[in-house]
Amino acid sequence: MRKLQRPMVIATLLLVTCVSLMGALQPIALASSLIVDSDAGASKLVDAVQSGSSPKPNLEICAAPPTSGAGVTSIFEPNSPPAREIRDLSYLVLGICLAIFIVVQGFLVLAIVRGVKAARTAKDNPTTTSSEPQQVYGSVPIEIAWTVIPVIVVFVLAMVTIRTIRDIDATTPPEGALAVTVIGHQWWWEYRYTVDSGSALAEQTTLVVTANELHVPVGRPVSLRLESADVIHSFWVPRLAGKTDLIPGHTNHLWFNAEQAGLYLGQCAEYCGTQHAHMLLRVYADEPAAFDAWLTAQAAPAVEDPLVARGRAIFSEYACLNCHTIAGTSAGMFGPNLTHLASRDTIGSGTVALTRASLRQWIDDPDVIKPSCNMPSLKLSADELDAITDYLMTLK
Amino acid sequence: MTTMSPHSTDETMKPLSFWESATRWTMSVDHKKLGLMYIAAGLVFFLIGGVEAALMRLQLARANAGIIDPETFNQLFTMHGTTMVFLVGMPVLLGFGNYLLPLMVGARDMAFPRLNAFGFWLFIFGGMLLYFSYVGSEGLYGAPGAPDVGWFAYAPLTSRTYSRGNSTDYWILGILISGIGSMTTAINFIATAICMRCPGMTLMRMPMISWMMLVVAALVLVAVPVLTAAQVMLLFDRSFGAHFFDPQTEGSAILWQHLFWFFGHPEVYILVLPAFGFVSEILPVFSRKPIFGYGLMVAATVGIGFIALGVWAHHMFVVGMGPTLDSFFAASTFLISVPTGIKIFNWIATMWGGRLRFHTPMLFVTGFIAMFVLGGLTGIMLATVPVDWQLSDSYFVVGHFHYVLFGGTVFGIFAAIFYWFPKATGKMLDDHLGKWSFWLLFIGFTLTFMPMHISGVLGMPRRIYTYEADRGFEIWNLISTIGVPIQMAGVALFLWNVVKSLRNGKPAGDDPWDGWTLEWATSSPPPEWNFDRIPTCTSARPLWDKKHPEDPDAHYE
Amino acid sequence: MTSLPVSTSSAMPASAAPLRAAYSRAKVGMASLIFMESAFFGTFLVTYLYYIGKSPDGPQPLDCLELGPVTVNSVCLFASSATVVFAVKALARGAVAAFRTWLLITILLGLEFIVGTGLEWNTLINEKGLTIASNAFGTNYYSLVGFHAFHVIIGLLILIGILVLSLTGCIDPRRDHARIDVATWYWHFVDAVWIFVFALVYFIGRVPQDFVGHIPVGGGL
Ligand code: HEA
Ligand code: HEA
Ligand code: HEC
Ligand code: CUA
Ligand SMILES: [Cu+2]
Repeated sequence: MRKLQRPMVIATLLLVTCVSLMGALQPIALASSLIVDSDAGASKLVDAVQSGSSPKPNLEICAAPPTSGAGVTSIFEPNSPPAREIRDLSYLVLGICLAIFIVVQGFLVLAIVRGVKAARTAKDNPTTTSSEPQQVYGSVPIEIAWTVIPVIVVFVLAMVTIRTIRDIDATTPPEGALAVTVIGHQWWWEYRYTVDSGSALAEQTTLVVTANELHVPVGRPVSLRLESADVIHSFWVPRLAGKTDLIPGHTNHLWFNAEQAGLYLGQCAEYCGTQHAHMLLRVYADEPAAFDAWLTAQAAPAVEDPLVARGRAIFSEYACLNCHTIAGTSAGMFGPNLTHLASRDTIGSGTVALTRASLRQWIDDPDVIKPSCNMPSLKLSADELDAITDYLMTLK
Repeated sequence: MTTMSPHSTDETMKPLSFWESATRWTMSVDHKKLGLMYIAAGLVFFLIGGVEAALMRLQLARANAGIIDPETFNQLFTMHGTTMVFLVGMPVLLGFGNYLLPLMVGARDMAFPRLNAFGFWLFIFGGMLLYFSYVGSEGLYGAPGAPDVGWFAYAPLTSRTYSRGNSTDYWILGILISGIGSMTTAINFIATAICMRCPGMTLMRMPMISWMMLVVAALVLVAVPVLTAAQVMLLFDRSFGAHFFDPQTEGSAILWQHLFWFFGHPEVYILVLPAFGFVSEILPVFSRKPIFGYGLMVAATVGIGFIALGVWAHHMFVVGMGPTLDSFFAASTFLISVPTGIKIFNWIATMWGGRLRFHTPMLFVTGFIAMFVLGGLTGIMLATVPVDWQLSDSYFVVGHFHYVLFGGTVFGIFAAIFYWFPKATGKMLDDHLGKWSFWLLFIGFTLTFMPMHISGVLGMPRRIYTYEADRGFEIWNLISTIGVPIQMAGVALFLWNVVKSLRNGKPAGDDPWDGWTLEWATSSPPPEWNFDRIPTCTSARPLWDKKHPEDPDAHYE
Repeated sequence: MTSLPVSTSSAMPASAAPLRAAYSRAKVGMASLIFMESAFFGTFLVTYLYYIGKSPDGPQPLDCLELGPVTVNSVCLFASSATVVFAVKALARGAVAAFRTWLLITILLGLEFIVGTGLEWNTLINEKGLTIASNAFGTNYYSLVGFHAFHVIIGLLILIGILVLSLTGCIDPRRDHARIDVATWYWHFVDAVWIFVFALVYFIGRVPQDFVGHIPVGGGL
């Protein structure tokens, strides 16, 4: 037994160290959200090479999506009331749990230290102590105490939780909210800006349909109606609000109110198939004037530039029109609306920055950028590719 | 398996031929052989599941890495989760139940030995069927591939439309079959614990672990049939064009979630209660004190069993259930921390004032308590509904459940292996190597799973095969990945320890830990009939009474 | 080899002996099995309940389900629960011939139920055009009723097995009557499930479509 003493002491010490390390890591979690490298992404390239038969992409053309330094998606940097309320609640529960953690681990460590010492003493004086420690079978008052105290903690937790649920209450958006219907598709987002005539039963009029990049005005509540075209997805932009699922056959609601202009990132949070990882969310909070201008531009018909008539012809000749809508040219619904494609920053649901080169690569073979996505390669000739890319690039 | 000294002490000296010993094992209905086979098969699956996890971590170490393509990654986490839950956790824990229950209640075998063997082989075939999907199934685009729908297989991703080929059918059938195996085992546990106890062993004198197994068996009987029924429905949808989960025809995608989690939540307690049992047996012996508050412990166990049936929708806070249901399920979920807390406190009280001996089992048990509390508390954070709206389906959840499943269940399993290995084989495992295993596993585990909480908070969703470079996830994922080889070293060292000890380990003797429950009253390994004479029991610690006739426990009941 | 802890007689508490006699393995095992099966059927029942009135098109319950034949079937099934009790009672008395007769009657009643269900399905499929793929109603109807019928068949196989054993002289009334009693629990269970299935499918499920629309069920679903 003597041989065991050293390991025991070392074990205890290590356990203590690790335990305090764990305690320390929680605050680090918070701190780390402040030190995220903010423009690391801008210069980095997406390495979209996948094993398998896909050809190697031309790396230079597939720049990472621009984030203008807004790469942060931490839940501890809210910029909208629901997210802020959750942040505050998170601090509270984190505090409570941390306190419980410290108390419990403290007693555990103390029990270990005392127990090891007792074992050593017993070994050193085999005559003075009996071979076994005092046998304690339980204690009713103590056991009642540690039943009742957690009950009280649980009651407090339940109360604050229920209060916050009511406060955020996702189903009742605030007055004057901008109504947008979000439809999840494998693996991209469709946005429909609607005019809500006020009464729930009235038909909603769709103003603008766009995809993958959601624009909202700063300082005005936005009410999202969440639907799905295929499987379950989840809308999660951590700095604006908690996530809510988009479920086929079941409409959900979510609201937020972006308080600062800028780009808010997020991504689909419910596993939805092969490219779940590249179903990224981009929410642009624009100043009200800029937002109005944007909405007007989106509502306008597609630009018809005679210089790219050939590209438009090819677009309508090939299967593109079966899947994509370009107002005035085609009305496919399976893929993203391309009417104002060139006004977006990214393609492939935020996978890569929209440049002429990346767009050409996408149309040539989307699998290089987003393997196994639902858009086929139509095997166009280089010439046709150029024409169609030039055409799409004019769709501001 | 065959190396684990298959015959009891009275057998002939002549070593058995390979064929003889193989048939002895495969045709056996002996609860001890079946238990060991469960555990061994579970450990094999653990290595497979671990390698799958290691591959995922390799891919996630860097942002935008291209080591593993998306389909393969999605198969990896599906198979990893399914394997770890159904082919590692369940069989190893049920295997321990099989091995220990009759020994600890002083019986010669389980109530239904043949049913027991039947259950084991169902589990094996179910597991093989699941893995056969890698070669036998026609997955996406006609190429063979394992299921890739996640371990909870949400509808309608599992419908024919979105999951072509038949990989999902392999998932359904593999789990369904091994589930039937679990149910037969549960029936056996209940009948054994209720009918096979030795004279004098009243219910309130049963070893804690028997109580845990009894509650686990009850949970299996309530929860697993629900999964089986749901899987049958899914099979009908996929094979006969039924409309259970088809949103196109008023079918409900959310119904699957309710059914799955009505099973899934009790399942996670099925995975942890036996480990609670290991702790409740090992901790007292190494503290040299009886378990503190036996009665309350039993009550807490039963309480956990009941509450566990009413909290399932805490996995569904983001589906838009509405404030009333959200509040109800949050409250019931919080409530479960009360009985769980009682256990934690009673364990610490058991150590309090004891004389602690830190052999390997005790190290794992202490690690269990420390890590499980952390995992439990992150569970509490997730049960806070608005917080869950942020953290659900993020890596924070992945962190939470690996703390309870690895820090809890797997640590418990290692403690149990180190503790009962001498009983099962007659040889001690090397304590020194064991301690190395523990510290490697502990450090590797912390490195791997602690940073996951942080990446979750930073906004990283789970089940993504790659992530963007500028979100601040990369460093935490790198640390996570670095932890894996350390865990591997711990596991490999353990395997080496087993091999080495089986060859020339220290002889254990009947009662190496100076234990108090009946399994230490027979030889190591026990004879096929367990006890020459059926023992009688005078208190919850029959061997204590025997060893301390001057002050037996019976006086304090 | 083993020394501990076979304590001598005095230590053995008085409560020990009756405890072992009180429960038989077979009873506890069968009770557990029935418990498990209840969870299984419960799932299908709840699902059925949830989908009532949720089939916008295709054949509707009111048009398809007729109470006549199913009432006959149900009466047979419920009656068989009584006859099987008579059989067991007869066996307990040692009246083997009566046992065989009652058992045979039970089996015939069970067979009537299966044949009746088959005929009903025939009408449903060929005349009303209701299949498992028609709509949510068809899906649920065939699954629930089908699984019940499947369990009736298992029960029948058990009963037929007992009858065969009895005819070949393998059953000793005194030795086996308790076991056979336990085996018939399963039959009672199958009957009991039918009460729920019958009530749900033929009464609760047959309310008119537009009435169901007004029940605020499944808020969270
Ligand atoms: C062994 C398995 C296990 C165990 C024991 C637990 C225990 C708990 N779990 Fe966990 N859980 C999982 C395995 C487990 N879980 C898995 C696998 C998933 C994810 C499934 C998936 O999506 O793939 C999951 C997911 C999960 C979610 C859903 C997250 C999401 O997807 O959005 C939630 C939310 O409420 C949750 C909560 C809890 C709680 C409250 C407990 C409680 O039982 C914990 C109780 C323990 C303590 C609280 C600590 C000790 C107590 C004290 C010291 C007393 C004092 C404390 C208080 C008064 C608070 N778990
Ligand atoms: C008991 C349950 C259990 C256990 C023990 C583990 C163990 C591990 N898990 Fe597991 N995990 C789950 C249950 C479990 N997991 C579940 C349920 C999911 C959800 C799945 C889903 O989303 O559907 C999940 C998901 C999951 C993910 C998330 C995937 C995603 O969402 O994209 C990750 C990522 O890192 C991960 C990692 C790990 C790692 C690194 C280990 C490690 O601890 C493993 C360590 C073990 C080894 C590495 C063993 C190998 C040892 C050797 C190979 C030595 C060999 C030597 C010789 C043969 C001589 N797991
Ligand atoms: C079978 C349907 C289909 C056809 C045909 C098709 N697409 Fe697509 N397309 C899609 C889908 C689906 C996506 C979304 C992919 C994703 O992000 O996962 C998409 C995405 C795109 C995008 C990116 C849009 C964005 O905002 O991210 C462009 C540009 C595009 N397609 C152009 C074309 C052109 C040009 C053609 C014809 C040569 C074409 N598509 C043919 C289905 C199709
Ligand atoms: Cu859409 Cu994940
Ligand atoms: Cu749960």
